[in-house]
Amino acid sequence: MTLRVKDLKVYYQTLRGDVHALDGVDFELADGEIMGLAGESGCGKSTLGKSLIRLDSRMRHVDGTIELDGEDVPIAKDREMNRFRYHEISLIPQYAMSALNPTRKIGRMINELLQSRGVRPSEVTEELNRRLELVGLDPDVLKRFPIELSGGMKQRVVMVMATLLNPSLLIADEATSALDVSTQRSVVESMVEFRDRGYVKSMIFVTHDISLVYQMADTVMVMYAGRVAEKAPASTIINDPQHPYTKMLIGALPEVGATTDEARLEGIPGTPPGLLHPPTGCRFKARCPIASEECSETPPLVEIEPGHWAACWKTGR
Amino acid sequence: MWRYMGRKLGIYAITFVIAVTINWMIPRFMPGDPVRSMLNKASVSDPEAMERMTNYYNEVFGLETPIHQQYFAFWAGLFRGDLGISSMQYPEPVTDIILRAVPFTLGLLLPAIILSWIVGNHFGAFAARNKILDNTVLPVGYILTATPYMWLALLLAWSVGVVGGFLPTSSGYSLALIPAFSWEFIASLITHWFLPFLSMFIVALGGWAIGMRNMIIYELEADYSNYLQALGAPRRLIRRYAFRNAMLPQITGLAVQLGTVIAGALLTEIVFNYPGLGSLILRALNNNDYFVLQGTFLFVIIGVLIANFIIDIIYVLVDPRTRVQMTGGSS
Repeated sequence: MTLRVKDLKVYYQTLRGDVHALDGVDFELADGEIMGLAGESGCGKSTLGKSLIRLDSRMRHVDGTIELDGEDVPIAKDREMNRFRYHEISLIPQYAMSALNPTRKIGRMINELLQSRGVRPSEVTEELNRRLELVGLDPDVLKRFPIELSGGMKQRVVMVMATLLNPSLLIADEATSALDVSTQRSVVESMVEFRDRGYVKSMIFVTHDISLVYQMADTVMVMYAGRVAEKAPASTIINDPQHPYTKMLIGALPEVGATTDEARLEGIPGTPPGLLHPPTGCRFKARCPIASEECSETPPLVEIEPGHWAACWKTGR
Repeated sequence: MWRYMGRKLGIYAITFVIAVTINWMIPRFMPGDPVRSMLNKASVSDPEAMERMTNYYNEVFGLETPIHQQYFAFWAGLFRGDLGISSMQYPEPVTDIILRAVPFTLGLLLPAIILSWIVGNHFGAFAARNKILDNTVLPVGYILTATPYMWLALLLAWSVGVVGGFLPTSSGYSLALIPAFSWEFIASLITHWFLPFLSMFIVALGGWAIGMRNMIIYELEADYSNYLQALGAPRRLIRRYAFRNAMLPQITGLAVQLGTVIAGALLTEIVFNYPGLGSLILRALNNNDYFVLQGTFLFVIIGVLIANFIIDIIYVLVDPRTRVQMTGGSS
């Protein structure tokens, strides 16, 4: 088991009170697993991604534990986390386009970063060049400034840089959202390739693009209002979702060949609840078509069949 | 690269011509007649002698020719390094008078500008990472930048010079000494230099410190800083990147501020009666001496243009983004 997250609670501190962005998140990630993390905006998926590597100054770890390869990850302690960062847990950020220092040549910046993390750059130069070629970049990009590269190139440079030390866990936070569809595909394929070659042991791929996740991920975890709604193998989520929220989410996707004449796409009526004062019980009950009295109790996340977890009273038995 | 330089030089050349023209115009269309005021000092009472002397001086200064000829004569003289003859210190050439004043002004300006820029930037960057310092530096900085140069100069002259009596407050060196290359004279130069320098340094410092503080906070919030932090890079590395990137707008700021600083220097010189260009301008104004006035302005204009050009070049050297744009990228 690579990663085990137990009852993770991370709140944002605001002047009006705590925003319960992650309110008891449980999941496990196996070796070699690529997990797609999906959900609406504000459901906590990016917060989860960030929590695993670095809490920003507004975020507060309230409860829960994270275990990586059997070792406790001290996410609340910024200093102690440094040991894990980059070496064990790495990140491809949402803003990969601007993640490189604009006034340093890329190669020099990578070297300076490596040095500061106690790695001699000369030891990994060869590997760096090889991986750049693997993602279709000329090693010459190292002699360029970020401004000289296109968005897709920068994305791939960041990907190679983030995985250079063979981290155990890679978090890709909306890593392809800013790219056009064909570039998305090549980036996604490179990511799978990196996993296959063992450059990264496991990966969490945060996205709101479920069709993209379906192509690359082994499993998909759907979050709703700071909690896990359902986690299952990708094909199960798409073809046989159990949680009513997942069903509606998948139902909102266009199908190949469908035209608007036959059927209008259905959205999910209503909006997610505010997380400043989250509702008690199941958080989806206000929008759920099959909600009943028992939903005023919080449904636990249970394994309804091997590898398929859902948090709903209607599926739990 | 060379095309860029060529274009820049072209723009500077045009600016220069326009500036010189305006510079030539202003004193000429000012009220008052320099020859008359010079003759008034001589208190000649005979109208006929007065008439003859006026004609004589008009000819010497070239004032009797039509105005456009005066203009072209001015340009011709300019290229020969001949800026005419001073009317207040007749018959000394303007160039000599100015060249005597220039070292004093430069000696004041260059250290004040460069030191305040360097110290201000470091201080601002340092303040940005310390809450207590930040809360004190910021208001003090705002007060300092808002302070007029001459006001602080007056304050310092009064407190340190007149009341405290620690340092001299007037002139460029002790008038009891004859200029010579001796320790005594040099010491006198330095003590006279210190207060005018300090007043300019302090005022300029505040602006740089505030600018740098804001820039560095902005850079530390930038995506690349966040990413480096997520990858566990030490603060030292992130600060180094942020500092360097925050410097770039400060270099542009230096180019923009240059004019203000020079104007401030001229006023400061007047307060301290420092024998540089500022005091010279004041004297020329009081005596309606166009030639000196014109010549001094010309030196100031050339100085600002050269300084701006140097900053342009430095900027290209330090910021890869401008460099890439100029060469059209290598991809």
